[in-house]
Amino acid sequence: MESIIPILEFKKTCVSYTKQTMAVKYVSATIEKNTITAIMGPSGCGKSTLLRAVNLMHNLYPNIHVDGEILLNGENILSMEPIDVRRRVGMVFQRPAPFPTMSIYENVLSGFALNGIKLSKTEKDATVEHCLRNVALWDEVKDVLNKKGTFLSGGQQQRLCIARALAMKPDVLLMDEPTSALDPIATKHIEELLLELQKEVTILIVTHNMGQAKRISSKSMFMYLGELVEYDDTETMFNNPIEERTKAYLTGKMG
Amino acid sequence: MNDKLYRIILFITALIMPIVCGGVVYALVTDAYDAFEHFGFLKFLTSSEWSYTEGNEQYGALPFITGTLMTTLLALIFCIPFSLPVALFVGEYFKGTKVASVLSTVTDLLAGIPSIIYGLWGFYTLRPIIMALNISPQGSGVLTASLVLAIMIVPYAASLSAEFIKMVPNDLKEGAYSLGATHSEVVKKVIFPVAGSGIFSSYVLAIGRALGETMTVTMLIGNTNNIPISITSTGNSMASIIANQFGEADDLRLSSLIAIGLILFLITALINMIGKIMIKRARIA
Repeated sequence: MESIIPILEFKKTCVSYTKQTMAVKYVSATIEKNTITAIMGPSGCGKSTLLRAVNLMHNLYPNIHVDGEILLNGENILSMEPIDVRRRVGMVFQRPAPFPTMSIYENVLSGFALNGIKLSKTEKDATVEHCLRNVALWDEVKDVLNKKGTFLSGGQQQRLCIARALAMKPDVLLMDEPTSALDPIATKHIEELLLELQKEVTILIVTHNMGQAKRISSKSMFMYLGELVEYDDTETMFNNPIEERTKAYLTGKMG
Repeated sequence: MNDKLYRIILFITALIMPIVCGGVVYALVTDAYDAFEHFGFLKFLTSSEWSYTEGNEQYGALPFITGTLMTTLLALIFCIPFSLPVALFVGEYFKGTKVASVLSTVTDLLAGIPSIIYGLWGFYTLRPIIMALNISPQGSGVLTASLVLAIMIVPYAASLSAEFIKMVPNDLKEGAYSLGATHSEVVKKVIFPVAGSGIFSSYVLAIGRALGETMTVTMLIGNTNNIPISITSTGNSMASIIANQFGEADDLRLSSLIAIGLILFLITALINMIGKIMIKRARIA
């Protein structure tokens, strides 16, 4: 058996919106490098909240508190600068939202522009082509790179957002239901893409769609009411869930 | 039956507004006609003479058009550095906090102060300061009027800009943060570009208000009928010359004043229309 290389470790991670209510309760789990890990669970179970804790999105909202530890390559991100964390942990959101005032080309490079990092023209061209090829968008947009990103279809926009995140060469890519606003064909494209991308980046994906988790992830987490109920190989979890609650959710008795 | 009657009444009452508007334009045009006919439209716009010696009456609108444009432009320049920070404060940095709501209430309160009070303040407080600073000997003039005008339009520009800044979708801001941007970079590279046309249109509407402001300008501009050669000179705006002279004017002079009124009406309508169209576009985008 191969030895597991941990890239991300949750250690008793808690997230609370107010003093009384905890949205995520004492989650502990180790995420393996270059895998896709799916986080499943019914609405309000804290899966997005847990995901957003990883790139310190909660720091933007003063009411939200994160406790415990989250280790990225052994370093606790909760005591790191948000900007440094976010450059190493990319994120793709539920609704595709390319920057409307930027062209497709500029959108791919927006991470550099936003961080004030200057690139030469050749570096820029190479990055744009590489990232767009990575998300299988290059052939579709190579002639319209100067058009606004918002002209693209929903699925293309989402791939552009993935390209934008990948351009920063993150260690981990967080995806918060990235296909829930897309049609089945666009969803299929993105799923195929993620299977390719896991060679380069570790993916943590929140999904409502059990089929999607089954199709693309090697590990799955099931969360319920803020707790991590079960975390196992996706195959094991779908075939032989240990917990009753997992079973009830996966068979559609609870959701 | 009842419904039909209701619709008819609604229709008639709604029709009154366009009729009133049409009537105003009609009255302005017919009363201004004499002046345009006597001096010629272009000559009237470009002449800087304003003399009512009997037998040799000469009236031209240029000094007042210049006065209006100068005060408005200066007011806009003074207004931006005060309104933009307020808009950012209320719409982004302290969005939803108590201090932001207090600040926006106070700003809105400024918009409700009658212009005569601004005029008084300008005349008895600001004018002596301008004199004490040796900026101009008489204290009144284009600069003094513009400064007070600027204070008057800050609330409009600030509260409207703040709305557009608030409207920038959270998705975009979080997207930028997720790429490692700092708050100021998000403001510079996401919020300003996205809210840009909206912010611009709020300044266009502020200009629309400054153009027609009468009382304050009349009290502070110095009321001389010459083209202001510098920002400290005295002059008259289109609104202030009308306010100054309408009571004693008749015949050709009255017609000339009304012609100036018509020009002011057209400029203001145009600016407001541009502002409204831009706001519509900004909302859609």
